[in-house]
Amino acid sequence: MENKVTRQLYMVPYVLWIVLFVIAPILLVLYYSFFNIEGQLSLDNYQKFFTPVYLKMTLSSFWYAFLITAITLLVAYPTAYLLTKTKHKHLWLLLIIVPSWINLLLKAYAFLGIFGTFGAANQFLELIGIGTQQILFTDFSFIFVSVYIFIPFMILPIFNSLNQLNPTLLDAANDLGASKWMTFKRVIFPLTIDGVKSGCQVVFIPALSLFMLTRLIAGNRVITLGTAIEQHFLVTQDWGMGSTIAVFLIIFMFLIMFLTGTKKRGV
Amino acid sequence: MANAIIEFKSVTKQYDNDPPVLDDVSFEIERGKFYTLLGPSGCGKTTILRLIAGFTEASDGEIYFNNKITNHVPANKRQVNTVFQDYALFPHLNVFENVAFGLRIKKMKNAEIEQKVKEALSFVNLEGYENREIREMSGGQRQRVAIARAIVNEPEVILLDEPLSALDLKLRTEMQYELRELQRRLGITFIFVTHDQEEALAMSDEIFVINKGKIQQSGTPTDIYDEPINRFVADFIGESNIVTGKMVQDQLVEMVGKRFECVDGGFQSNEPVEIVIRPEDLEITTVERGKLQVKVDSQLFRGVHYEISSYDQDGNEWLVHSTKKAVVGEEIGLYFDPEAIHVMRFNETEEEFDKRLEAYTDGSGHGK
Repeated sequence: MENKVTRQLYMVPYVLWIVLFVIAPILLVLYYSFFNIEGQLSLDNYQKFFTPVYLKMTLSSFWYAFLITAITLLVAYPTAYLLTKTKHKHLWLLLIIVPSWINLLLKAYAFLGIFGTFGAANQFLELIGIGTQQILFTDFSFIFVSVYIFIPFMILPIFNSLNQLNPTLLDAANDLGASKWMTFKRVIFPLTIDGVKSGCQVVFIPALSLFMLTRLIAGNRVITLGTAIEQHFLVTQDWGMGSTIAVFLIIFMFLIMFLTGTKKRGV
Repeated sequence: MANAIIEFKSVTKQYDNDPPVLDDVSFEIERGKFYTLLGPSGCGKTTILRLIAGFTEASDGEIYFNNKITNHVPANKRQVNTVFQDYALFPHLNVFENVAFGLRIKKMKNAEIEQKVKEALSFVNLEGYENREIREMSGGQRQRVAIARAIVNEPEVILLDEPLSALDLKLRTEMQYELRELQRRLGITFIFVTHDQEEALAMSDEIFVINKGKIQQSGTPTDIYDEPINRFVADFIGESNIVTGKMVQDQLVEMVGKRFECVDGGFQSNEPVEIVIRPEDLEITTVERGKLQVKVDSQLFRGVHYEISSYDQDGNEWLVHSTKKAVVGEEIGLYFDPEAIHVMRFNETEEEFDKRLEAYTDGSGHGK
């Protein structure tokens, strides 16, 4: 019996953490979402969310998150595949992962320098005769930087699932007449779909609520749900509306988790 | 040979500067027979299989398939299918789709696929398992799915890479019968890789004994068992008593200080040789009637027979398989027929060996 008690004792820090910093804030957000800007209990905020302004914002959030996820996937899958073929694959993986340890803000500022009017990118364009362009504060720079930041998070799960793939299965597909592309389509991709799914989750969900990059790189030209929440809390002081958007964001996250949920397959 | 489906001509496989995995190997595979590549692990037998399947390319030499050079033909274009050691069934597909994989690649019509898969599954006694997931199948059943997946493509050759090694003894014996039976019914060439000599003897039409990247001997199971070419083959296939001696003249061999009549010939007089006598060819008798006098050292009951270990006065060990019991510590005599003696020359190549065998036998009892 003592065993059980000690085991429960070990759980205390974890449970405390979850209750204080996860469950309580979510409940608070839910609570605030029912108060309108005058501080009265109402469903005004929820009604407001379904007005064109917010629906458009939601739609554009999803659209950008989708673009970011899709491009990240397109870059990350071949990269992860090549990595598994290299001799020192874990070293290469580490090198790719390392940038993700650097603070997001630092990386964003680095890109301000690179993409700025007098930055390296424009110097290069000048050199090849295209001339200086407005790169910063465009959709392109926003998506480019977001993709750059998310790539390691996409590579990691895909690399792991590719790495676990039994190489004889590829021989078997080849033996049964499948070309390289067929083998990829019918064996490699289906067997690594779990890695792709978890990669998409860890990219799509944070991409929905990106707000720092929208300001720094996209110059507030891209408004996502994340930006809206930040604005309501810090600028307009409409905590109720901010909370309501946050509630919807949480609902979307659970929906996505549920839709991309993985069923375990054996062998 | 007109009937050869696969032919290796001086094939060598070498990685970087390591010693070659296969060293100048030549052989022919005839249509419709059951072949076994037998040898210890790392001898190069799986490499031969991978060369035939097209998973790897030879460093040197030519490989012919149906008299056409096939060295650079990719694996997916070869009329060969493989049953892998770990079966390599696709875990994301059910039994039906695993078997249908090759047919779907060929873009066959659904109705035809269905019929062929059903046929293949019934061939391996797995009717009704179409919709099972692979993880729901036992080891023996997975084995059968792997075989069905290979035969459904109607290849000219099926390669089997130690497919029985993961099964327990009873199931393994059962599958040996089934594989042999299946090969007869299908009439296609099977090339089976194993390190288990009993498996090889039981199943094959032809055995290639391989060691250190070279084919040591090829022949029917009885050829190889009765007439091993050298110490390695004699030792690897079955139990054997091997002593050194010399050939006084043809049909007369000297060992353990005595001369014995035998049936081997084609030697130089007084040539040093090795002599093999199989334990089951030794008969226990009285000291006076025995050709050899030995002292029983230990005895094991093996079920079918007793395995008796004994030593002669020179300290050579003589293993005897006998249904009669011996008494440990007692002197006994060992009797054997002249035919039981098999004499092996040192460093004889298979070609020389076959030629010598042909020269002195009249086709009775010995040789091919």
